[in-house]
Amino acid sequence: MSKIPVKMTVNGRAVDDLVEPRLLLVHFLREKLNLTGPHVGCETSHCGACTIDLDGMSVKSCTVFAVQAEGAEITTVEGMANADGSLSALQEGFMQEHGLQCGYCTPGMIMRAHRLLQENANPSDEEIRWELSGNLCRCTGYQNIVKAVRYAADKLNAQREAAE
Amino acid sequence: MTDATEMTQEEREATLGGIGCARKRKEDIRFIQGKGNYVDDVKLPGQVFGDFVRSPYAHARIKSIDTEAAKAVPGVLAVLTAADLKPLNLHWMPTLAGDTQAVLADEKVHFQNQEVAFVIGEDRYAVSDGIQAVEVDYEDLPVLVDPKQALAEDAPVLREDVEGKDNVGQGLRTHPNHIFTWDVGDKDATEKAFSSAAVTVKEEIFYQRVHPCPLEPCGCVASMDPIKGELTLYGTFQAPHVVRTVVSLIAGLPEHKIRVIAPDIGGGFGNKVGAYPGYVCATVGTIVLGRPVKWVEGRIDNLSTTAFARDYHMTGELAADSHGRITAIRVHVLADHGAFNAHAQPTKWPAGLFSIVTGSYDIPAAHIEVDGVYTNKAPGGVAYRCSFRVTEASYLIERMVDVLAQKVGLDKAEIRLKNFVTPEQFPYTSCLDWEYDSGDYHTALNKVLEAVDYRGLRREQEEKRRNGELMGIGIATFTEIVGAGPSRNCDILGIGMFDSCEIRIHPTGSAIARLGTKSQGQGHETTYAQILATELGIPSDDITVEEGDTDTAPYGLGTYGSRSTPVAGAAAAQAARKIKAKARKIAAHMLEVGEKDLEWEVDRFKVKGLPEKAATMKEIAFAAYQNLPEGLEPGLEAVNYYDPPNFTYPFGAYLCVVDVDRLTGEVKVRRFYALDDCGTRINPMVIEGQVHGGLTEAFAIAMGQELTFDETGNIQGASFMDYFLPTAVETPVWETDFTVTPSPHHPIGAKGVGESPNVGGVSAFSNAVVDAFAHLGVSHMPMPHTPWRVWKQCAALGIGE
Ligand code: FES
Ligand code: FES
Repeated sequence: MSKIPVKMTVNGRAVDDLVEPRLLLVHFLREKLNLTGPHVGCETSHCGACTIDLDGMSVKSCTVFAVQAEGAEITTVEGMANADGSLSALQEGFMQEHGLQCGYCTPGMIMRAHRLLQENANPSDEEIRWELSGNLCRCTGYQNIVKAVRYAADKLNAQREAAE
Repeated sequence: MTDATEMTQEEREATLGGIGCARKRKEDIRFIQGKGNYVDDVKLPGQVFGDFVRSPYAHARIKSIDTEAAKAVPGVLAVLTAADLKPLNLHWMPTLAGDTQAVLADEKVHFQNQEVAFVIGEDRYAVSDGIQAVEVDYEDLPVLVDPKQALAEDAPVLREDVEGKDNVGQGLRTHPNHIFTWDVGDKDATEKAFSSAAVTVKEEIFYQRVHPCPLEPCGCVASMDPIKGELTLYGTFQAPHVVRTVVSLIAGLPEHKIRVIAPDIGGGFGNKVGAYPGYVCATVGTIVLGRPVKWVEGRIDNLSTTAFARDYHMTGELAADSHGRITAIRVHVLADHGAFNAHAQPTKWPAGLFSIVTGSYDIPAAHIEVDGVYTNKAPGGVAYRCSFRVTEASYLIERMVDVLAQKVGLDKAEIRLKNFVTPEQFPYTSCLDWEYDSGDYHTALNKVLEAVDYRGLRREQEEKRRNGELMGIGIATFTEIVGAGPSRNCDILGIGMFDSCEIRIHPTGSAIARLGTKSQGQGHETTYAQILATELGIPSDDITVEEGDTDTAPYGLGTYGSRSTPVAGAAAAQAARKIKAKARKIAAHMLEVGEKDLEWEVDRFKVKGLPEKAATMKEIAFAAYQNLPEGLEPGLEAVNYYDPPNFTYPFGAYLCVVDVDRLTGEVKVRRFYALDDCGTRINPMVIEGQVHGGLTEAFAIAMGQELTFDETGNIQGASFMDYFLPTAVETPVWETDFTVTPSPHHPIGAKGVGESPNVGGVSAFSNAVVDAFAHLGVSHMPMPHTPWRVWKQCAALGIGE
């Protein structure tokens, strides 16, 4: 199959490559760029394990072709740490609140929660549950994931307040 | 020795991060940064991919397979069929249950999506093209999806390969589609109790076919080094050591030439215990091609072919006196095992530990009979987050107790309190011969009833009923049997179900411990280190825990059936005690006193009466490598293989409150209160997480999960479009509580907890739903309690509109 050139920015790094038009973005990230944070749990847009941030939206990278991401700005969980390399508030929250067990859903959850907090800095528990409902977890029962997001929201809000 | 630290004893204890503290998890740091290493993340030089051509038919004869076009597809490297595996004798493989299973369909397919050919190619996409190009000519055959019909006189024979065999591994067969009969208990005594009983109840209770469905599907990477003749097999293995033995037996490779590595596993719940055709085909592929072969199943493959759970058609009966005191239980089970008897249970137990069915109740007589049957469905039958059929057993008894309560007009809490084994009776031997180690069921249930204001809830329910509203209160007071198990009654393929721990203390006082189990999210790296910290006086942060590599870890039977803490956790404590015994000798030498003059305190041996004279574990560790008493070998290491003297019996009391909308059939869980007693608690945070997760899986099973088949054997709902996995929105909020009744025979008194919430949860939900209809004369409703089904119940009662 003939290949098509693609260019995008992934975690702040410019990437260009030649790909088959049918190559899924998740496989491009995982197998070409060795960013194995995004996981595959279904390939049908249901589980959210492959969630990434693409041009300011939460996107399930299993249902996007790599060529569709031409010119896009992408963040994966590997790009989530703070600029100084320390853990982001969300990553810290998941650890502090026991928001993960097997960890398979975690990168997707963190990426989705990241976008949620960009859009709503102070979500209620109901809102968190609703906004994360495209991401399945088989291990935690979600309760501690909700707490983890709450933890991050509170921490970020406190930081913002302190800065003001 | 000097005691430079100025910390108090309590402070030193706290720094250890040992048993009982809510230590944050060590494994999280890699997962939250996307640096886990799951099997699909394994990338070896020259690695290629393989995947299956699967049968669209549930029962068909294969007339021909044409692989020529597929082999011509660019990027395709090889196509394997049963004919290619036959010369290697790998076209069939033994199952853990004594039967055989086709690796690639040999002349016939027995269930939909069965593996027919294995295509290997340079990448996933070439493989997928190759799969499309394989031509298989099928002649379809009559299909059996109902185990009752499978036993009909004139039913078509499914397994022609074992036709005429009177035993396929687990007992005598009575019909060509029959696999075994398993019979336990005292039939005569039970019959007598029933014939003289004041009250008897009987109910058909079907526990539907479900699937554990971990978020990560099953997969492997097989890599043969042709020069050294060594095979490395990475995979989603809950029991890596058993896999190595099985691969050695099946493939005829010497076991020391096989290295099995289970990397991080994205949830297991029983799905990753069995051996699957993908593992065999990837292994053959790497041997043939000399390149590593990766096979990772898709979600539909996962739900439709690798180990399902349950599918138990149960008939339960209880006999009781007029006060509701149970005098006997009788159960018959028609167990649908699918096309091959490949369930993962201890080999001698064709129905696992189902005979724990007397539950938390002191029942004098019992008789249980289980018939295993072949049908045109996927093989398997695993503990979906339960210890070998305990969930089925617990569901049966917890439902039946409610049925009896309704019949005799007793409150559902009261009937339980009346029939519980009493605290004085422990250790308690059930009439089916299990010795329950410890328990206090009355305290547990009473604590829950008080916490939720049970009387208040019942009053509210009364009121609601008067207004025509449906509210249900479900109680489950389960007893688990976990920690398989004592090798006298538990083995897998003849290997006793012990487990193991090896500890090495480094000269500077930190340590590495390796165990025979394998975490799939349970947090072993965190919790085992806590056990060791308390036992050894070394901070848990200074202890690395490793599992899953058969070249480095001691042999063990793996993680399933809540056996890690009861068995490997015990091995950890025992190995640590061996180290401590040697450390005492070294300390005596260092302090120039006799061993008897020493006493242990948190992290050091102190000289009795001279508290300032002490040797810390850190100092002893160093001494072990340079300053030893004469005759003592250097080093500080120990291994323990722990064969548990008994199972452990965690228990709990759960209460669930639901409101049912009679117009839509929707069931809303208003409250769920879960009290667990898992003995000594190693890490309360991890325990709570396990309970949340288990309850959520129980909720899924009770409220929506079911794999059904149409009459031609098409599996229905084997994708995330249909298979119910609750999201954060549907999932209720969980309230947890605990009591602590340590196991008397476990070195640290721990019992295991991972599966209790699933075992107790399912019946609590189901009991709550049925309870909402109890006043209308309903005694049982089949799971899952989907809105459609619940609404049909309302409609049948004339309250649906
Ligand atoms: S893998 Fe993309 S949503 Fe499941
Ligand atoms: S932590 Fe295992 S799926 Fe979420």
